[in-house]
Amino acid sequence: MKTVRVLVGTVKGAFFLRAPAARTAWQVEGPHLPGRAIYSLAHDGRAERRRVWAGAASMHWGAVLVATDDWGRTWEEPQEANVKFPADTGLALKQIWQIAPGLDDEPDTLHCGVEPAALFRSTDGGKSWEVVRGLLDHPHRERWTPGGGGLCLHTIVRDRANADRMWIAISSGGVYRTADGGRTWAARNAGIRAEFLPEKFPEFGQCVHKVVHHPSRAGRLFAQNHWGLYRSDDAGDSWQDIARGVPSDFGFAMAIHPHEPDTVYIIPIESDQVRVSPEGKLRVYRTRNAGRSWEALTRGLPQRHAYDIVLRDALATDTLDPAGVYFGTRNGKLYASKDGGSSWRLAVDGLPSITCVRAVVVDDRRPALRPKARQSARR
Amino acid sequence: MTRVVVLIPTPLRQFTAGRSRIPVDVTETPPSLGGALAALWDVAPGVRDRVLTEQGEVRPHVNVFVGAESCRWTGGLGTPITDGVEIAIFPAISGGRAR
Repeated sequence: MKTVRVLVGTVKGAFFLRAPAARTAWQVEGPHLPGRAIYSLAHDGRAERRRVWAGAASMHWGAVLVATDDWGRTWEEPQEANVKFPADTGLALKQIWQIAPGLDDEPDTLHCGVEPAALFRSTDGGKSWEVVRGLLDHPHRERWTPGGGGLCLHTIVRDRANADRMWIAISSGGVYRTADGGRTWAARNAGIRAEFLPEKFPEFGQCVHKVVHHPSRAGRLFAQNHWGLYRSDDAGDSWQDIARGVPSDFGFAMAIHPHEPDTVYIIPIESDQVRVSPEGKLRVYRTRNAGRSWEALTRGLPQRHAYDIVLRDALATDTLDPAGVYFGTRNGKLYASKDGGSSWRLAVDGLPSITCVRAVVVDDRRPALRPKARQSARR
Repeated sequence: MTRVVVLIPTPLRQFTAGRSRIPVDVTETPPSLGGALAALWDVAPGVRDRVLTEQGEVRPHVNVFVGAESCRWTGGLGTPITDGVEIAIFPAISGGRAR
């Protein structure tokens, strides 16, 4: 029996929602990791795993990657912090913003993106992590500047057709691409406007908020910028403005449809100086033609005095058909759509401020492969 | 040799098998807070990365007291220690316990 699990990270722990594939009623479990800020979650279903990773940060005790193989009943908490900057860098980890399991044919590879902006890689299933030096030592680094959320590497996009190619995004540094597995990186921001800089089209320094990619369109990317919506059809070499018909081109969240590569979702926000839903209406916008036009999705969403916003990783899709779409708000509401965004229901209200959302479809009858030996503490 | 006791706050006792007080022997001369904590890491390695950053600095929202004084005002990890002193680790402006 297929079950949909929606993983919700908040500033005070994680919550896991569960529903049968019909997605009509949601059961909420949690809080997991109570009191810790969960800015990143990822499900790793490769190699028969059923593992959920969480980037868990305590204001006091720092940030670590923790994992569960039983949907949060038990967690592996490493004795030694598993994501650490080398001593020679002088840097100290603040937050883990993104966890990206690797391609299907590299089942023990994962990446994570962190603050201060850096990329880490594991090739042993997450037991050990190393900083990607090619990006850490990039000459642009000294001129990257923190956005409102800090200087964070918040987006990792793998190219499923080419294991050596990857894109990452930094606020505020912009989009960078490697074509050699991370040894070298090139800024890829041509055409993206930096409203907050005197030079409007610099090589780098843009405040990109999220980049999405569909595996069936190798060279196409979509980006929600601090200001601006963009599409690239040449793997990031150039970007075109696609912000036509949206109430604001400022926003954080962006997600792509699992089966329709031209369908993208965003949730606009009224300017960086105001940061509420435009006109007090909570609206998801959807394009079904790769950004040539956008439509407001409002059915089931509050359209009066709704001053809620959605952060960059708090919008996600599942892989069913029709696709489920989910978003969580800073005011702790989790909305769910089972028809590709055409209509919405409030799945749960009253959670702590939501930082990230992920959706996964699993066959609950299949037993997960569990690691034979556990080296780390449980809690 | 200098023997001191390190007091462990509730959130970190998962790394000390539930113990709240851990005596440690410091062999360095002259003995310092850093030496005492290094001895603590030997018996409770999970505590280290929660108290210190990977650069070896006390985390910004963690306070370590030697006796009644925060090490921030007494020389950091180089703060001298004496036999029998209590070293207390606290989450800054925090505490409490669910009942």
